[in-house]
Amino acid sequence: MTSTVHKPVKHDSAPRHVAGTARYIDDQPEPEGLLHAALCLSDRAHAKILSIDLSAALALPGVAAAITVQDVLGDPDIAPVVPGEPVLAQGTVQFHGQPVAAIAAHDLATARRAARLVRIAYEDLPAILSIEEAVEKQSFLLPPLGLKRGNAAVAIAKAPHKLSGELRLGGQDHFYLEGQVSIAEPREDGDMMVRCSTQHPSEVQKLVGRVLGCPMHAVTVECRRMGGGFGGKETQAAQFACIAALLAANCARPVKLRLDRDEDMIITGKRHDFLSRYHVGFDDEGRILGYEVTLAGRGGWAADLTGAIVDRAVFHADSSYWIPDVSITGLCCRTNTVSNTAFRGFGGPQGMATTEYVIDEIARHLGRDPLEVRLANLYGKDERNVTPYFQTIRDNILPELFDELLVSSDYKKRRQEIDAFNAQSPHLKKGLAITPVKFGISFTTTFLNQAGALVLIYEDGSVQLNHGGTEMGQGLYVKVAQVVAETLGVSLDKIRITATRTDKVPNTSATAASSGADMNGKAAENAALDLRGRLAQVAAPLLGVPAEQVIFKNDMVSGGGKALPFAEVAHRAWLGRVSLAASGFYATPDIHFDRASGRGNPFYYFAYGVAATETIVDCFTGEYRFTRADLLHDCGNSLNPAIDLGQVEGGYLQGLGWLTMEELWWDDRGRLRTHAPSTYKIPTARDLPEDFRVQLVHGRANPAHTVYRSKAVGEPPLMLGISAWLALKDAVTAAAGTNRVHLDAPATPERVLLAIQAARQQAEAPVTMAAK
Amino acid sequence: MSEPTRFVSRGQVMVVGPDAPHTMTVLEYLRLRLRRTGSKEGCAEGDCGACTVVIAELGPDGGLRYRAVNACILFVHQLDGKALFTVEDLADGNGQLHPVQQAMVDAHASQCGFCTPGFVMSLFAYFHGHEKADDESLKDALAGNLCRCTGYRPILEAGHRMFEGGSMDRFAAEEAALTAQLKILADGRHRMLRHSTPGGDFIAPRSTAELAETLSALPAGDVWLLAGGTDVGLWVTKQGRAPRSIISLGGIPELKRIDERPDETEIGAAVTYTDAFEAIARLHPAFARMLRRLGSTQIRNSGTLGGNIANGSPIGDSMPALIALDTILKLQGKAGTRTMPLEDFFLGYRKTASKSGEFVAGVTVKKPGPQSHVGIYKLSKRFDQDISAVLAAFHVVLEGDVVKQARLAYGGMAGIPARAKEAEAALAGRPFTPDGIEPAVAALAADFSPMSDIRASAEYRLLAAQNLLRKFCVEVSTGKPIGVEAAE
Repeated sequence: MTSTVHKPVKHDSAPRHVAGTARYIDDQPEPEGLLHAALCLSDRAHAKILSIDLSAALALPGVAAAITVQDVLGDPDIAPVVPGEPVLAQGTVQFHGQPVAAIAAHDLATARRAARLVRIAYEDLPAILSIEEAVEKQSFLLPPLGLKRGNAAVAIAKAPHKLSGELRLGGQDHFYLEGQVSIAEPREDGDMMVRCSTQHPSEVQKLVGRVLGCPMHAVTVECRRMGGGFGGKETQAAQFACIAALLAANCARPVKLRLDRDEDMIITGKRHDFLSRYHVGFDDEGRILGYEVTLAGRGGWAADLTGAIVDRAVFHADSSYWIPDVSITGLCCRTNTVSNTAFRGFGGPQGMATTEYVIDEIARHLGRDPLEVRLANLYGKDERNVTPYFQTIRDNILPELFDELLVSSDYKKRRQEIDAFNAQSPHLKKGLAITPVKFGISFTTTFLNQAGALVLIYEDGSVQLNHGGTEMGQGLYVKVAQVVAETLGVSLDKIRITATRTDKVPNTSATAASSGADMNGKAAENAALDLRGRLAQVAAPLLGVPAEQVIFKNDMVSGGGKALPFAEVAHRAWLGRVSLAASGFYATPDIHFDRASGRGNPFYYFAYGVAATETIVDCFTGEYRFTRADLLHDCGNSLNPAIDLGQVEGGYLQGLGWLTMEELWWDDRGRLRTHAPSTYKIPTARDLPEDFRVQLVHGRANPAHTVYRSKAVGEPPLMLGISAWLALKDAVTAAAGTNRVHLDAPATPERVLLAIQAARQQAEAPVTMAAK
Repeated sequence: MSEPTRFVSRGQVMVVGPDAPHTMTVLEYLRLRLRRTGSKEGCAEGDCGACTVVIAELGPDGGLRYRAVNACILFVHQLDGKALFTVEDLADGNGQLHPVQQAMVDAHASQCGFCTPGFVMSLFAYFHGHEKADDESLKDALAGNLCRCTGYRPILEAGHRMFEGGSMDRFAAEEAALTAQLKILADGRHRMLRHSTPGGDFIAPRSTAELAETLSALPAGDVWLLAGGTDVGLWVTKQGRAPRSIISLGGIPELKRIDERPDETEIGAAVTYTDAFEAIARLHPAFARMLRRLGSTQIRNSGTLGGNIANGSPIGDSMPALIALDTILKLQGKAGTRTMPLEDFFLGYRKTASKSGEFVAGVTVKKPGPQSHVGIYKLSKRFDQDISAVLAAFHVVLEGDVVKQARLAYGGMAGIPARAKEAEAALAGRPFTPDGIEPAVAALAADFSPMSDIRASAEYRLLAAQNLLRKFCVEVSTGKPIGVEAAE
């Protein structure tokens, strides 16, 4: 029995969240002499910069500095992976909204006013604005990743049935409620202290050092919490930290750069939108015999993390299915639009959604329930269980999860009821879809799978915990604290969780890839085990038992029928000159991948889930509601079922939003026109399915040796939302009266209505509602 | 002479000093001046709710009303005479959380926590307006609060759990004292408020005569009339604009009146949507259903029908509905008042028939006769708090199933809210049946050439506009609403 882990412990900051006392970067008391920064953005999609005139901006009273890339002290390139991403535009602007100049002024309004006074002369250059155009012109950021097994083309040619098609999946803005923000504060001897809302303090540290031309040891980055991240603050927080630091160094005063929401949405990258093209061959039961798919992701103007994101799309294009002959290609398209970046799922959702759509198409073609086709293709447990990258899946629990959800959601009965409803309802149509999730856990860039922690025990028995992971709302801090409390046998209130800082744990990876608790939990556990070993040595002679028999539980250290308070043992350790500080480290074992051959074990394990969503559609307007959703999700032995439930519920609704109402709209000049919540619509409370039933899988420990046999949970549940989109496709199919429907994402009411309209016209069915 | 803005916070009367610019928002005042940073800026345009605060003011019955508003687009001088509650005020001095806060903690309803203060305050206002919670009204109350982490389920749970210990809190116990305090502020407030700052003036007249006088004395073009501020606020926060003078209509009792007469209802220009809601619901349930989706609770607590009209926006939701319902607009100026059919007010994109020195004083909406059928439909990407792609408002008078009179008004189909006159003509004298209306449906294509933009394509707009007329016809003939809303 555990005391603290596996318990539904509350988020450590919850009492402060609700009282308004949890401090975010912009809430912190402002350092003396603080200046506020604002950015001047490009208003061209692609142009040569002829001149930049800062004089009017500098002349405005209250302006302290105005800088361009010329003023960068060190190396202006802040690319995380592939060089070529200047902190401010250099020579050319590459997208509409790229920061060109930065201002510091005594207040924010003045800084923003000054930014509008910067005059830039341009010479327009040809711009590539769409994925289609990039594919056609071979405009790529990186070479493609291909996975191949067997001969897909031959298998498709020989198959009894074939389908080909094209699918568009839209992008998604992170819409973290707290926008990008950094405060840079010069300290003595050229040091720079940066407080930044970032998922990756170590990278911010490195890049601030790079633009300032100083070593990493001169820069400290701190982040206590973010007001949401979702991947949007993995690489892309750094630019604003770097600009704040450059201005701070320039003025020798602290500088805060906080983006307005519109600027944030214009400047920062989003989930990659994709264009997928496929050929599939299958048998009478819908079993896939051969599958060729090309996944073209829009990287935007710069590589950022696009390579790894498209890789993950490719890795997840098998979704949950055994595909004997397969060829998957991922393209990293270069366009003159914002540089897209990490977003919860990191390409995985786009790969999976494509293939789930193809499965649905196969079922429609054969006139079968898509559920049958899913089950017919599902990975086996001991055979038909090798992925297109030749990793053998050894932990597949999807057959059991399907069995369980089919019963708990009453799927078959509801399927019949829905068909009966649709048969008698001319204007409203219902739809139902059930889809699986299988998500590979680990950074596919193997070296990133490392984490560190620092645990300090003070001589009064209180404990301070620090690790490389960042808190963005996902409850990482409390989960890791639970692990440390469990390991040391102390209650959670003995542990003080401290802000993530680069001067406590060095060279950390981003809190990303769902890996936060797996890796930092293990690192912290290792540190705590180390300390517990030392304390056992101290306690053993006092208790009169060997050290290995000392038990740490309930704030007591006991053995041989005797017990000492934990605090007393800590005090004794201090008196005995025993170190009470320990760092812990963890590197995920058993993972490797060879890009050239497309073979390896990139994932330590897989996380699974199944979801069934029901919808009702108004055939006059395309409006819809989600009436019920049943979710079953696998967290292994959950470290904290309350926190994990929150990840599952929130992830699902975010996935639903991506595929239904969240629409990014660029005009023909490459301007993003949906750059605020007035125009970009994320789900509200009413968009949650009315009947929402969510369960975590019980009693299935992670077979991999993860921390307390838990599983990562940040990203996987997002893909449960695919069921909402395919439920809409099901309803559109019912409304169209034909199996040949096409529904791109996001499936806004407009796309739903036009899909019904197009399918009816194509089928030349009676066009009752159609207009000429 | 300059009269400062006064409001009540934490039992104290706060005086807003002359150093607060006339365009300063409540959120800026809280975060920058008072250093109360619990209220957050998520969008600075009233769409995310992270800045939600609660205003208490005296209602017509003399009792206190608690209303959630967006602090990011409310000017601090609009607080004059009111009480302000922010998230920091809820826990008592000993750190004991308010029932709303405790329920949020117990339900695991915060993740990143940045939206949380706004949700707490929306729920706090709800707590003060309800004895217990139900999902529908909770979702209405929270439609203006975005959360990107939780998926909302635990927040709705908190909305129910906060009543577990009853519907009283320490603020309810202090209501008598606050009421007395607000009355004293109101009693000392007969004079026009004129707050002068180096950047400009914030002026709040106390009567329409004073308003007309003030307006005529100021140079035209550099004056903003402020009714609720849910649009004007953005001119400041998003465009960085500041006029020489802002004249608030919020302190004029005449403009806050609702006069329900047997055949018609007159609504003053400064009446908020929230206050107008019940009167409008009595006129037309369909109108009320649409109003529930106009903006959010916070927006409806600030925004006004008068502001929506005067603004002349092509996408305001109330205009097509009002036009379909034969609404008469009242304009007032120093020279007196005049009236006109509302549809004549809109001349072109953001261009109205209002003359210099005139202001919108109110609207009169007619009560429909027994043969009247009214349908009002809003289409948007998201159900709640979204600007319409298309808004259709239909008003037909039938004799048997024959159309005697038809008024079809649309928003989102042209540069102004407009009637579909060709379609109306095609309906007149014909049976109001699915077949009978098809000529009118076809005529809509002659009435409108909508544009493609972020909200919808031209193709969808026209098809949906046509289908909505078909839908209305089916609803009228079957007497049953067709829709995906659970409530219907």
